[in-house]
This record gives sequence, C-alpha cells and structure tokens, in this order.
Amino acid sequence: MTIQVTVLGIALTVIVAFVAGLSGLSKYWFIRWPSYVFVEFFRGSGLIVQMFWLFFALPIFGIEVPPLLAGVLALGLNMGAYAAEIVRGTIASRPKGQTEASIALGLSPTQRFWRILIPQSIPAMLPPFGNVMVDLLKNTSLVSLVTVTDLTWGAQTIRTNTGQTVEAFLAILVLYYLLSLLLGWLTNYLERAFALDRKAHGVSRKRTLLGAMAK
Amino acid sequence: MTWDWDFTVEILPDLLRGFRLTLLITFSAFGISLLLGLVVAIFRFLKIPVVVQFLNFYVSFIRGTPLLVQAYFAFFVLPYYGVVIDAVPTAILVLGVNYSAYMAEVFRSGIEQLPKGQWEAARALSIGTRRTWTRIVIPQAVFPIIPVIGNYLIQMFKDSAILSAITVLELLGTSLQIGSRTFRYLEPITLTGLLFLAVSFPSSLLVRRLEKKYGSAH
Repeated sequence: MTIQVTVLGIALTVIVAFVAGLSGLSKYWFIRWPSYVFVEFFRGSGLIVQMFWLFFALPIFGIEVPPLLAGVLALGLNMGAYAAEIVRGTIASRPKGQTEASIALGLSPTQRFWRILIPQSIPAMLPPFGNVMVDLLKNTSLVSLVTVTDLTWGAQTIRTNTGQTVEAFLAILVLYYLLSLLLGWLTNYLERAFALDRKAHGVSRKRTLLGAMAK
Repeated sequence: MTWDWDFTVEILPDLLRGFRLTLLITFSAFGISLLLGLVVAIFRFLKIPVVVQFLNFYVSFIRGTPLLVQAYFAFFVLPYYGVVIDAVPTAILVLGVNYSAYMAEVFRSGIEQLPKGQWEAARALSIGTRRTWTRIVIPQAVFPIIPVIGNYLIQMFKDSAILSAITVLELLGTSLQIGSRTFRYLEPITLTGLLFLAVSFPSSLLVRRLEKKYGSAH
C-alpha cells in the first residue's frame, strides 16, 4: 500500500509540477497568478493539515472522499507545489542565449519549449526532484492518519494487537530507510542517463541527449 | 452544512492556545536541531574513523525515515527501555533530532564552500584550531546558510503538526479534538490551515529577501 500510494503520489506530483510550473512561466498574468497562489497556498499550509482537511472537511459539503484518494490528492498537490517551483526555477534559469538562439533559428514558441528548454532542464531538475520523491515516500506515512492501511498503519495494528511494539516499529523504520535508499539510487541512475555532458567524451552533446531520450 | 461564524469565534481561543504550543515546540526543537546539527557537522568534518561512519549513517537514516514513524518510535518504544517522557518533550526531542540531520548537512555545505585558502591562512598566521573554528570558519560559514536555515525553520513549524499523532495538543491536535467533540471539522481544520499559512507565507517572503541579501548557498 505504501508503494502504491508512493507511485500514485509521484505520478500526480509530476503532473501537478509541470502544469503549475509551466503556467508559472506564462506571459499572461491570468495564468501565472493562479499558479502562484496555488504554489504558495500548498507550500504554506502543511501537508498533514491539507490531508485532514480533504478527509474531514470535504464530506461536510457532501463530497465523499475515500481515504486513499484524500491521501494521494493531498500528497500530489502538496509535493507538486514544491516540485512546480523546481520546474519553474530550472527552466527560468536556462541561459538566455538558448531562447535567443531558438528564436533566431525560427523555432515556434512551442518548439522552443518542448525541443530546447525542457530537454535541457530535465538533467538539472533531477537531483531536486529526487529529494522531493524521497520526501514524498516519507510523507506517505501520514496517510495512515486518515485511515489508509499503509506500512505505518500496519505497524500500529501490530502494536495494538500483539504488543510487539519494538519489533514492529524497528521493522518499518528499516523498511522506509531501504525504500528511500532505493529511490536515491534510482535518481542517481536517471541523472546519469539524462546527463548532458558528463560522459560525453568523444560523443557530441546532442547525441548523448538524443540517446538518453530514446531510451 | 455551512460555515458557522459563532462556532468559529467560540473555538478560536482554544486554537490559539494550541498555536502557542506549536510555536513553543517549533522554537525549542529549532534550538536543539541547530546545536546538535552543528556538533554533528563538526565531528563529520574532523573525519575521525568509526565516528564519521556512524554520523554519516545517523544523518542518512534520519533523513531516510518518516518523522511520523520516528515520533511513534520515540513515543511507544522508548518506554519499553525505561525512558518515560511526556508527549510534549518527546515531540520537541523528535522534531529537534530529526531536523538536526538536515541542519548538519546545511552546516556542512556552509563549511565546505569556504575556500581552502582560509584554512591555510589561519595556519600560516598560527591561529589555534579552536580559534580557527570560532573566529574564522563559523562566522564565514553562517551567513550564506541563514536563508536555508530559515526555510528549515518554516518547514519545522509546519511539520510540528505531525506530532499531533502522538497525542500532543498543538494546533492541529486541538482542532482534531474539537472536531471529534463537536462533530464539526470544517471550521477548526480550515482555521488551522489558515493560521499555518498566515505565519509561513510572510516568513517565506522574508526568507526570500534574506536570500537576495546573502546569496543562496546552492
């Protein structure tokens, strides 16, 4: 269940991050502002509070939210808000020359975004994204508070049923640790796969990137 | 059911009391994390065998496991070994120890970005080890990491809500208690969220100003 919540959470985070991050770069204020408000709101008010709000407050309006959905939604929106800042920040920090060169080459704004700026930004985004993913994994433990039966919930159940408190909590501490190590390795692997020029001795920058994209 | 203003006014004093505890936990834990983080960072820097491996594991293990589970561990498991502490001190300790691992990393980045020449110059001027640390290294390492530490403080403030899970009646704990007593969750939880937002949003703007002033450490 923890893994399921993590995977769903990561998927939602990435979607939210790109939608909010890219609209944060928009030149129209009516697209940029909602993105700004969204990011500041979800970064400012704490994940656990948001989760409880979705879980307890929405049903009052007659919207029934199953616990799993409340958990994943809160995780995805909250971590997505953090990740959106990463997306916005890295794309905004690409050298200006790249934008100018693609305008000079007559690429359309869409092409400029999808062909030039985004592929270049992905390697720079990966390390901070990896951190967000590890955070997300750890934060999935909070879904146990809204009655989702994840790893932490399991340990609590064992504690109340058998009283083997020490073993149960020690076991899940180790499990969470292993899972986050795994995510760390995964990020490292992706970083190497998407690296722009680290291993590019003899191979042109462009070819490495294309090779990585084709994988 | 809709928003009830009378109820809102009625629960506000309780929530503000919880809010005070949230602030108390946050700042006490902040103090612990700064001190412990600094100690860990310095000992890692000294590279004493065994100690450094242990501290590396300490940092990576704490950063790799959830705060909630650590809190449960401290709250439920420690009493088995005869360590009985109240919920609030446990909360402060857990939050402080948790963030000490992050602070240790921040301090490390601050110390490592110091040019080697500073160390060499201190040696050349035959300044003792202790004076090198207190007069040369730490003062220079501190300024660039102030904004980063500020961000962690804000995060600690928001994460302190997790400690409601170990029966601490801080802001979120209080509002959940009100909810289960009155069967009205909408007002207390919304107010809780707004209170958190009301503190952390202006603080994050402040941190951004500090970032511009001192430059980001990354």
